[in-house]
Amino acid sequence: MSLTRIYGLFLRHFYLITRSFPRILDLVYWPTIQITLWGFISNFFATHTTYYNNAVGVILTCAILYDFLFRTSIGFNMLFLEEIWSRNFTNLFIAPMRIGEILTSLVITALIRSLIGLVPAILLTSPLFGISILELGIFLFFLFLSLYIFGITLGILVSSGLLRFGPSFENIAWSTMFLLAPFGCIYYPIETLPEIFQKIAYVLPLVYIFEEARNILINQTVNIENVYYAFMWNAFYFSLSIALFYYSFNAAKNKGTLINMGE
Amino acid sequence: MNNLIEVKNIKKNYGKKEAVKGISFNVEEDEILGLLGPNGSGKTTTIGMLLGLLKPTSGQIFINNLKLEENRIEILEMINFISPYIELPKKLTVKQNLYVYSKLYKVQNIKERIEYLSEKLRIEELLNSITGELSSGQKNRVSLAKALVNEPKVLLLDEPTASLDPEVGDFVRTFLEEYKKEKKISILLASHNMNEVTRLCKSVLMMKNGEIIDQGKPEDLIRKHGRTNLEEVFLKLSRSKSEFN
Repeated sequence: MSLTRIYGLFLRHFYLITRSFPRILDLVYWPTIQITLWGFISNFFATHTTYYNNAVGVILTCAILYDFLFRTSIGFNMLFLEEIWSRNFTNLFIAPMRIGEILTSLVITALIRSLIGLVPAILLTSPLFGISILELGIFLFFLFLSLYIFGITLGILVSSGLLRFGPSFENIAWSTMFLLAPFGCIYYPIETLPEIFQKIAYVLPLVYIFEEARNILINQTVNIENVYYAFMWNAFYFSLSIALFYYSFNAAKNKGTLINMGE
Repeated sequence: MNNLIEVKNIKKNYGKKEAVKGISFNVEEDEILGLLGPNGSGKTTTIGMLLGLLKPTSGQIFINNLKLEENRIEILEMINFISPYIELPKKLTVKQNLYVYSKLYKVQNIKERIEYLSEKLRIEELLNSITGELSSGQKNRVSLAKALVNEPKVLLLDEPTASLDPEVGDFVRTFLEEYKKEKKISILLASHNMNEVTRLCKSVLMMKNGEIIDQGKPEDLIRKHGRTNLEEVFLKLSRSKSEFN
């Protein structure tokens, strides 16, 4: 692994962000809109339901967590798609970069992109809605870390598809998060899902993350098992995504996708 | 003379389709070899295999005596590629693009290298321009600067002067001639511009349907086929099915 090359690829995307004010605005705009919208909705529910009446910020906190996951995953895909759209894909893959270096660089860049959007959104919640996501305490870090890993995992899985099938896989890149959202139990407890969906939800890390966020905020207790299961499933899916990426890279070399990408 | 590129009986099949049917050739140090052939003859597939973007179905490729299959990163450090079909990130400035690629190729003295290439390729005044806003000729010279940023021993060129006006085209050809002479690099040039090939290449390979159907020095091929220039040879070979298939 070469830090120089990882830094080089990071710079390529960093320059892109810093050169364009609309791009920075785009990173900040959607999380802020999302948080404001869910802030008002959660205020409404908090005053009209018994489930949420002890924890005004539950929905809003979950919205922030989900948005972080969404931004991380889409952000990772965007980095990959940028190379296809700018017809720079071949240049990147003929540079002497190891797959691990490309992935590491994209993982770091995706984190920075997500944080650019997340920090203003978190800062807004306190003056606007009088709540702070920091109430989750030290476990907030673990929940964010878990979401980040899963977001990156989804990004790598989609990028594997792009490598294997080419730009036609782009539509899948946009829809992954929407497909998984119902199983993530982001805004409701897992019991709300039909039994068959619950079985699917239990093999995803999302349900443990959001259940735990609600548990901390509503019951003021910590269930370490949820954090453990989230990391366990994350480790499984992350390893699977890396293996799939390597497989797709080799498949693309056999099929010729790398040389035709972007044309 | 040392062969910087050695291709030994490489084949590439896409399912049942044979894109390249077991070709072999060498490119010596300080040599420009022309790769000619009609569209779909297997030129791009061959270049793709040399760049490690495509895995040959069988056969072996050696770059500077290193086997490509086992030394991908080491080999990519010493080769580079230019094609009108690939571009540098459009939103970045020329300088940023060259800086990023210098980092990816772990260039040591980046500032000096960019200055040297900018002067040689006359792009000093473009360094702070947005790459996507450049003309075709300017983009071409910037792409060439990117392709030389790592001081490659082997340069693969796919239609390097396509869509350029005669003056810029001539500038690029002259530059390539001088650079090759100065650095003793090997160049594999795929082109449809027969005047360019005649001027630059010591020898050429004629490909058709994934095979090498003829090879030799341009003047020898012209004489052998009883034609007055390489374009006529190209047309004869491309059209005459019975003679070469």
